[in-house]
Amino acid sequence: MKIYVCLKHVPDTAANIRPLAGASFDESVKFIVNPYDEYALEQALKIRESGADAEVVAVTAGREAAVSTLRTALAMGADRAIHVKTDTYFMEALETARLLHEAISRDGSPDLILTGRQSVDAEGMQIPYRLGVLFDLPVAVNVASFSMAEGLVTVEREIEGDLREVIEMSLPCIVGATRGLNHPRCATLPDMMKAKKKEIRVIPQADLGPEPAASVVELLELKTVPDRGRGKMLVGSPDEMARDLVRILRENKTL
Amino acid sequence: MAKIGVLIESKGGEVRKTTLGVMAVIRQVPEAELFALEMAPDVEPCREVLRRHGADRIVAIGAAAELSSFPEEKAAAVAAAVDHFGLDALLGSSGQAGRDLLARVASLKRAPLVLDCLEVDLARGIVRKSHFSGRTIATLQLKTGPWILGIRPNVFAERIEPRPGEIIPYEAPVTFRKRITVRQIRRGDAGGPDVSEAEIIISGGRGVGSAENFRILRDCASLLGAAVGASRAAVDAGYAPHALQVGQTGKTVSPKLYIACGISGSVQHFAGMKTSKVVIGINRDKDAPIFQKCDYGLLGDLFEIVPALTRALGPDGTA
Ligand SMILES: Cc1cc2nc3c(=O)[nH]c(=O)nc-3n(C[C@H](O)[C@H](O)[C@H](O)COP(=O)(O)OP(=O)(O)OC[C@H]3O[C@@H](n4cnc5c(N)ncnc54)[C@H](O)[C@@H]3O)c2cc1C
Repeated sequence: MKIYVCLKHVPDTAANIRPLAGASFDESVKFIVNPYDEYALEQALKIRESGADAEVVAVTAGREAAVSTLRTALAMGADRAIHVKTDTYFMEALETARLLHEAISRDGSPDLILTGRQSVDAEGMQIPYRLGVLFDLPVAVNVASFSMAEGLVTVEREIEGDLREVIEMSLPCIVGATRGLNHPRCATLPDMMKAKKKEIRVIPQADLGPEPAASVVELLELKTVPDRGRGKMLVGSPDEMARDLVRILRENKTL
Repeated sequence: MAKIGVLIESKGGEVRKTTLGVMAVIRQVPEAELFALEMAPDVEPCREVLRRHGADRIVAIGAAAELSSFPEEKAAAVAAAVDHFGLDALLGSSGQAGRDLLARVASLKRAPLVLDCLEVDLARGIVRKSHFSGRTIATLQLKTGPWILGIRPNVFAERIEPRPGEIIPYEAPVTFRKRITVRQIRRGDAGGPDVSEAEIIISGGRGVGSAENFRILRDCASLLGAAVGASRAAVDAGYAPHALQVGQTGKTVSPKLYIACGISGSVQHFAGMKTSKVVIGINRDKDAPIFQKCDYGLLGDLFEIVPALTRALGPDGTA
């Protein structure tokens, strides 16, 4: 079976993001594989290791630098990779999904597409759904448990109130992973070295057809959200502090 | 005049508070015509509440078909209603259920979708939402409609503004493909109210030390009417189930009060609770980052302070 894993190259979650003019930001920060996408990749590798005759292909749409995310994916164990090379950092979700769909369908016929439930940079939360419509395949997102038997996939999706939906769908299908699904492995240095021999096919964005003329949503501006300042420290014994706090919260109508 | 749909989420015949917040966003635009899209089989129990919160019309979609176990068919029915009533926008709560349905509808319609909106200007088609886990806010311009928007729970308060609330039955032309079936809804291992929609949250971190110790948080929570949350370190250590995790790879919450106990205040934890209205830090380390970015700090041992807080809140509390 062919498993495609879509991964995004994003700034480290602890990086200090400095917005710049023109809806951009200072990119001289550390970048990582989007954490949710690591759960997706780990799941693909697990399926292959469980004995299924599977090929795991890592796919990204991103600029030149995104190749390092593919290298990490190869080091973790993906068989090969596809890099749709784009010119812009922020793309509309519709366009990202279009590029991933084009790149994957030109490469082969997917039995399973795995990705994260959201990216931690733009937090769009919609790529798996958009891929679902483009491939005309069923989708389940926010998946914290996955099993597969005889072409039938059973997943558990986290929903509100500590509840999980148990969903069944048949292959081929698309899954958006969340934390809890598995524990992604770490690539070792020797893995990184070995991965250098694996194939990364580069496809310039322009080769995948013209960008649709009409944009549906445009990013106008990015602004830093200041942290709230230093907190007012309450004083006294635990009981005094606690009573003080309750009084303050009642006075300002929080309680 | 703009026609704007709202996905109504209800539970046991009661409209959820988060949905009422979404309706309030639309009622900021007096001339908007608000279509409440009700998926429940019986709309009558919710009618009065929807009417009072500003529903011009209540579209009863769920009545005709068994949609609830089939997410794709449910989305197709909503998409059909958007077309049928010529809606310019569709709004819903950005909780887990709402965002799934909204994303399915937007994808079917190839429409712009922004989830987890913190601000919405319907007149100009401008929305604001977090980028980079709450460290920046992005301003987005929506173009070709219909606009599909998810609103972060608890960001908008409900608003009373009675409208006619006329019920319109609508039978969506849906073909059942049944590619995805919800087989069952299973309770996770957390128990207690869910953090994502709670108005008050008391969270524990590594400092809580054990699953057993989380009891002191639960005791305090029951007096506060709060949900219990946890940091990732507490979840990883097995003190709390993943469903309670707040942060980057957990739930995003926006309560009016967030009390962090034995939590250092990492960037990733703040990613999930930065938009809380009041943040309290309880920590024994005076240099803990949490004290640099909270409203009130209580320095000391959480095993003394949390029980003291429980006492202060109780009937004998002298506060
Ligand atoms: C990709 C990624 C995603 C992540 N996602 C999340 C996420 O979703 N949520 C999240 O929370 N973290 C997340 N993290 C982890 C985050 O970086 C921190 O490691 C984590 O938040 C720390 O949890 P903590 O504050 O409970 O523990 P610590 O940082 O260990 O802090 C414990 C605190 O408890 C205090 N303490 C100890 N004992 C007591 C006591 N008796 N009384 C009072 N105070 C006491 C200590 O002084 C200390 O400040 C993520 C990290 C990464 C890399």
